[in-house]
Amino acid sequence: MSNEKTAGKPAGNLISPAENTWCPGCGNFSIEHMMKSALAELAESKGIPLEKFVIVGGIGCHGKLTDYLNVNSFYAIHGRAIPLATGIKLANPDLHVICFVGDGDTYAEGLDHLVFAAKRNADITVIVHDNRVYGLTTGQYTPTSPYGFKGRSTPDGITERPINPLELMLVSGATFVSRGYTKKLKPLKQTFKDAILHEGFSFVEVLQICATYFNLTDCYNDQVYDLEGIDTTDFDQALAKAREWDYTSLARIPLGTFYDRKMPVFGEKFRHLEKRTRSRDEAVRAVLEEYR
Amino acid sequence: MRECSVMIGGKAGEGINTAGLTIASLFNHLGYRVYMYFDYPSLIRGGHNFAVIRAAEEKIGATRDTFDILLALDQNCIDRHTEAIRDDTIVVYDSYQVVNATGHPIDVDRILKEENAPQITKNSAIIGGFCKAAGIAWEILTDVFKTTVPEKYLDVNLRVARRGYDAAPEVIRIEPLGRPTLPVLTGNQAAGLGLVRGGLDTLVAYPMTPTSNLLHFLAEHADDLSVKVIHPENEIGVMLMALGLAYAGNKTAVCTSGGGFCLMTEGLSLAGMSETPVTIVLGQRPGPSTGVPTYTSQADLHFVLNAGQGEFPRFVVVPGDLEEMYYWSAVALGLAWKYQIPSIILTDKTLAEGGYTFDIDASGAIPELPPVFADGVKPYRRYAATEDGISPLAFPPESTAPVKANSYAHDEAGFTTEKAELVAGMQEKVLRKAESLHRELETFRGVEVAGVAGAGIALVCWGSEKAACIEAAARFGVKVVRPLIFAPFPVRQWREAMLGVHRVIAVENNATGQLARLLRQNGFWVDELVLKYDGRPFSVDELERRLAEVIG
Ligand code: SF4
Repeated sequence: MSNEKTAGKPAGNLISPAENTWCPGCGNFSIEHMMKSALAELAESKGIPLEKFVIVGGIGCHGKLTDYLNVNSFYAIHGRAIPLATGIKLANPDLHVICFVGDGDTYAEGLDHLVFAAKRNADITVIVHDNRVYGLTTGQYTPTSPYGFKGRSTPDGITERPINPLELMLVSGATFVSRGYTKKLKPLKQTFKDAILHEGFSFVEVLQICATYFNLTDCYNDQVYDLEGIDTTDFDQALAKAREWDYTSLARIPLGTFYDRKMPVFGEKFRHLEKRTRSRDEAVRAVLEEYR
Repeated sequence: MRECSVMIGGKAGEGINTAGLTIASLFNHLGYRVYMYFDYPSLIRGGHNFAVIRAAEEKIGATRDTFDILLALDQNCIDRHTEAIRDDTIVVYDSYQVVNATGHPIDVDRILKEENAPQITKNSAIIGGFCKAAGIAWEILTDVFKTTVPEKYLDVNLRVARRGYDAAPEVIRIEPLGRPTLPVLTGNQAAGLGLVRGGLDTLVAYPMTPTSNLLHFLAEHADDLSVKVIHPENEIGVMLMALGLAYAGNKTAVCTSGGGFCLMTEGLSLAGMSETPVTIVLGQRPGPSTGVPTYTSQADLHFVLNAGQGEFPRFVVVPGDLEEMYYWSAVALGLAWKYQIPSIILTDKTLAEGGYTFDIDASGAIPELPPVFADGVKPYRRYAATEDGISPLAFPPESTAPVKANSYAHDEAGFTTEKAELVAGMQEKVLRKAESLHRELETFRGVEVAGVAGAGIALVCWGSEKAACIEAAARFGVKVVRPLIFAPFPVRQWREAMLGVHRVIAVENNATGQLARLLRQNGFWVDELVLKYDGRPFSVDELERRLAEVIG
C-alpha cells in the first residue's frame, strides 16, 4: 500500500475508446458514469492508483462495461465473474476487485458463487445491474422479474415469485449490503465508493432501467425513498428493511446502505505464505524426508 | 528371495490403507522397491478393503495374482481370495475374527485386552506377526513405526506389535538388500510435489476420488511448501477461481476426476479464449457419470483431448510412474505459463492412489520454462500479435496500460471485437502459439520405448499400465512403446519408435481402445486390442495370460 499516495492516471482516461452499443436511455450509462466518477474520486481522495482497480464482468448488457472502462479487466463468462474476482483478490490482496454482474447472470446461472462469496466474506465488491429482464437475449424473465411478468419465454406470465437479493445476501453473510437506483445518481456514486472501500464482501443491488425491454422508471420513481436513521450494524433491522419490498408489490422501496459490518476477510490466512524462505527444491526434498 | 507379494485385508474403516503403506515401508527399509495397490469400495464402514504390497529388487508398478503372505483381519478376506492363496502362502490371521483358516493365528482380541489397547491397534498386532513370519528384524519394525505412528500412540502400538511378533513363528526370511531407503509416495503426492517444484503458488480443488488426496496432501503441507490451498463451492468455481488467480500472476493448478472436469470445461474454454494458464490434474475412474467411484479406468482420453468449445491449443501429458509424474507435473505447469494454455496431467486411480517407492533423482532435471513477460516500456497489449504467437504477460498493477483479458473474440489490446479480420487474426495467432509449443516439445521425450529394442511386436499402452506391460513384455520378448505427450501428439517421435514393428497390440483400461483410436487418427495402425474395463488394473499374470492368447 506504499505507493497509494500517488493519484495514478488522470480520470479523463477512464472511458475507453471502445464503441458504446447500449440502447439510448439504458440505465447502464448511469452505472458506468457513476463508477467512473467513483474511481476517479477514490484515486483523488484516497490515493488509490487507478491501476490497482480490476473490474470483472459477466455476460449480458452489463458486461460490456469491462470494455468501456479503461481499467484492468477480465470480461468473463455468464454467471462466473465472482469466483474469478475472488481468485484475483486472493492472488494479490492489494488490488481492489469490482465485479459487475447482471441479475440473470448472477441470480440464475451464478447463484452458488454469489452465495458462497458472501458466506466466505471474499473481499470483493459485487455490483448487480438488476434490470429484472434479460436484455441481450431479448426479453425473457429473470429471478427478480415480478410475479406475472410476461417475457418472450413466458408469454402467459410467470407463476414464480421473485427472489429478494438483499434478503438472500444478508442471510448468506454479506458484510455490506446496499441498494441504488440508476435515476438517483449521487447516492449511487456514494454507494459505489462505500462498497469499494468496505473490507469484505460488499453487495450493491442497482435497480437499473432497461429502456428497451422493461422500463420501470415510473414505478421506481413513485416507490423509492432514502434510508435514513437506521443502525447499519444491526442485522435484524437490515433484514426488516430488506423485506419492505418484495420485488412485486407496490410497497415503498428503500435505497441506501442496509448493512455494514466488519468481519474477518477470506484469504487473510494465506498472507503469511507469501514469504518463501527456502528454494522449491529444498522444500520438496524436506517434505520427502517425512515419507522415507 | 527376489520378490514378495503381501496382501492385507479387512473391513473399511479398519485402516487397511495405512497398514498397507506400513508394510510397503517395511520392505522399503529392507532396500526393496515397492508397489501397493489399494482396493476399496465407496463405503466408509464395512465392505471389504484390501491392499496388495509387492516388493522386488527392481522398480515395479503392478501386482501378481497370488500372494506369498496373506494377512487376514476377517473371514471375508480369506473367502474372497481363495484363488490367490497357494499351498505355500503364509497366512497370518486374527483368530478372533477368522474362524476357518490354516496358518498362523494371532489372538488379537486378547492382546488388545491385556495391553489395554484401542481397536485401531489391531493392525499392529497383525503387522507384528507378519514381520516375525517373514523374518523381518524387530528393529526394522520399530524404525518404521517411529516414522509412521504419531508419537503419543507409538508406545501402545509397539507393545501390541511386539505381542503379535512373539505370537508368530519365523517361516521365511526376507533378506535385507542393504540399499538406502526411498520415500514411499502415491501418484497424487508426486504430482503435488512436482507442481510445487514447477512453481505452484495455489491449488484450487473440490474433492473427488481419486485426486482428493492431492488436495489433502498439499493442504497438509501448505506451510512447508508455501502454497495456498483453496476448496471452493464446486468445480465451476474451482476453475474460475484458478483463472482469476492466474490473471493476477499466481501459478495455479486444479485437480479433479472426469465428473468434475465435466463442470470445468466451461472454464477450460475461457482459459483457451482468454489465454490464461491453468494446470489440471485429472485422475480417471470408471464412468460415465458416477460410475465406479473408487476404482480405476483409462476412458477419459478423448474427452480431455476435445473438451471445451472452439479451437485452442492444450498440452496433455500422461505420466506412467512417480518419477514421470513428478517431472511432468513441473513441466506441465511451466508450459501452461510459457504458452498461456491449459495443461492437463492425465492420470488414473491406479497411479494417483497407488503407493510406490519414489526416486527423485531418477526423475530427471526439471527444465527452466520461464514465461514471457512484457518489457514494461511499450503500452501494454494483452494479446499482442507476435511471430511465435505468445503475447507477453503483465499483471496488474505493474503494467504500462490496463491488462484486459477477454472471453469474447478480442483485438490485441483485449477489447471485444467481431470484425472478421481481427477474429481470424487472433485465431491465427493462437495457432502460431500451438506451433511453437509443438516445436518446443520436440526437444522433450514424448514417447518412451522399453522392452526388447528390435522386436517386431510392440505393446502400446499409456499411463499406469506401463509397469505391467514392461514386465509382461520381458516374458514375450516384445517391446513397449508408450506416448507420454498426447497433445500435441508427437507424430515424428512415434513414427521413429515404431520403426521395424510389424504387429501392434494396444493394452488399455477401457472398453473401446482410446489410445488405438488416437493412433489411428494420426495415421498409425493397431492390430489387436487387449482391454480391461472392470475398474481394476491388469495384474502381471493376467496380462501375460491375455497376451498369450494374442501372441501365442
Ligand atoms: S437491452 Fe436494456 S439493458 Fe440492454 S442495453 Fe438495451 S436498454 Fe440497456
